[in-house]
Amino acid sequence: MSRDEPLVLGIETSCDETGIGIVRGRTLLSNTIASSMDEHARYGGVVPEIAARAHLEALEPAIHAALAESNVALADIDAVAVTSGPGLAGALMVGVGAAKALAVSLGTPLYAVNHLVGHIAADVLTSDQHGADAPLEYPTVALLVSGGHTSLLLVRDLTTDVELLGETMDDAAGEAFDKVARLLGLPYPGGPEIDRAAASGDPKAIPFPRGLSRASDMAAHRYDFSFSGLKTAVARWVEQKRAAGEEIPVADVAASFREAVVDVLVTKALAACRDYGVPRLLLGGGVIANRRLRDVALERAAAEGVAVRIPPLSLCTDNGAMIAALASELIMSGRPASTLAFGADSTLPVTEIQVAEDA
Amino acid sequence: MKERASVARDYPGKVILGIDTSLGSAVAVVEPDGVVRSQVESADPRGHAEVIGTLIERALAEASVTASDISHVAAGMGPGPFTGLRVGIAAARTFALGRGVPVVPVVSHDAVALELMLHRALTGGYDEAYDETFAVVSDARRREFAYTVYRGLDDDGLPVRVAEPALTPRDEIDGVLAAAGAVRRDAERIPAAMLALAAARALSAGRTIASADALYLRSPDVTIPGVPKRAST
Ligand SMILES: [Zn+2]
Repeated sequence: MSRDEPLVLGIETSCDETGIGIVRGRTLLSNTIASSMDEHARYGGVVPEIAARAHLEALEPAIHAALAESNVALADIDAVAVTSGPGLAGALMVGVGAAKALAVSLGTPLYAVNHLVGHIAADVLTSDQHGADAPLEYPTVALLVSGGHTSLLLVRDLTTDVELLGETMDDAAGEAFDKVARLLGLPYPGGPEIDRAAASGDPKAIPFPRGLSRASDMAAHRYDFSFSGLKTAVARWVEQKRAAGEEIPVADVAASFREAVVDVLVTKALAACRDYGVPRLLLGGGVIANRRLRDVALERAAAEGVAVRIPPLSLCTDNGAMIAALASELIMSGRPASTLAFGADSTLPVTEIQVAEDA
Repeated sequence: MKERASVARDYPGKVILGIDTSLGSAVAVVEPDGVVRSQVESADPRGHAEVIGTLIERALAEASVTASDISHVAAGMGPGPFTGLRVGIAAARTFALGRGVPVVPVVSHDAVALELMLHRALTGGYDEAYDETFAVVSDARRREFAYTVYRGLDDDGLPVRVAEPALTPRDEIDGVLAAAGAVRRDAERIPAAMLALAAARALSAGRTIASADALYLRSPDVTIPGVPKRAST
């Protein structure tokens, strides 16, 4: 195996995207994503069993597509990488089973890695070998926001030292978008719908609460998030208007709700940058596709002298390329492969960057 | 067009890998003529993802073959609890993909039926096509059993399914089987070697014996959310 530029195939099945990515060293060769999002739409959220069934059906076609796109043969693959967790257990197991059998079949090493750290690893990928972007600098604060997680991390080193500063105590930010969209009669997934509705709204129209932002909360949960109270506040506000027979100003509700989410996310991320003296903030996860979040983060970070990095949006949503990228970094830093004796760990802590590393 | 010896002829020295995770986890390596080279398993009804890689590796090692000696991968398609079942199917598909060989889907209960009838043929002095009607019954969780009704072996040496796999509440199984005139045969494990043998016989006969889709027999468990719950009051 080439330790300088390993050719790695990554498998990601932690939620509703079946992601197959192929990277060579830090170069992205393919990023194939099959999503079961449409199948979940009528339920207003990801249904684990539907997601797991979809992974089983999507895996093989996705691997074929990724190989074709990167013009790589399976026989050339140096290593297989897979998400061991965190995520939906039944969904993760499909990827773990597939990755193990593929590695044994090809006779390659297998790297079982952490999904959240994978989101950070997406940032090291460049689309062509010569277009060298400025490399990721350490330490950096990372804010990962999606339908499945909302986490604030301190990354001292991608392959050896990632610390969890805080995470959501209840709903993930993306889930809050889905639930509020539903409340407003908007379809799933809620993020893009809320965004569309908010475009013509006034973000200051309704003062929705900022979760865990009071002084007492900031002492106990400085970097943690909570969105269920916000969701309830929106629901109550809408109900009161309806009860009074008033029309719901959907644009204003959407804009004010979105502003509350964005405000808390950016405020806490920048507080971490300040507290740890780290002038770097990396954004990742599917909710980063939200333009308002990116704009507010860029604007307020600039005012505080914090440099913001955002991987290409196609690498922010869950994908296999970021899993391959993390494994590639592990290989290039000389780390041994994982043994075959690991499982899916739905609550894998972020400190476990690689799982079942061979002693 | 039946070509009985096609497997052996097309793949000299090659062997079939059988993988099933519909109950525990089981992996076997079998020669096309049925000689069992290895069979390893874990009875754990849950940790399928944990053990599957190690079991495949052990099955190959104990059979003294390498991955490149595999000509086909027999996949147990269920019925069985979904979360575990999928692990084996996913593994069978990617193993086959890695070698560029076909997957042969097999109804998991067929392996149990084949073992029962072959065992009887060997020990009881009966013909393989012993004509008892029986049902292979396995745990499907949620207080249900999965069962498949069999009677004898056909000319290709494959178990004849009188009734396709189905689910029934646990307390109704005996009534259901009595009505079908079938003797109950509980399955605690799926013999992967018999799964691979069924695949070998199907290949010899040029037949497809199972669908390429997992045998779920049950719709995904979902609740369609109604009107959002009231927040006030
Ligand atoms: Zn994610």
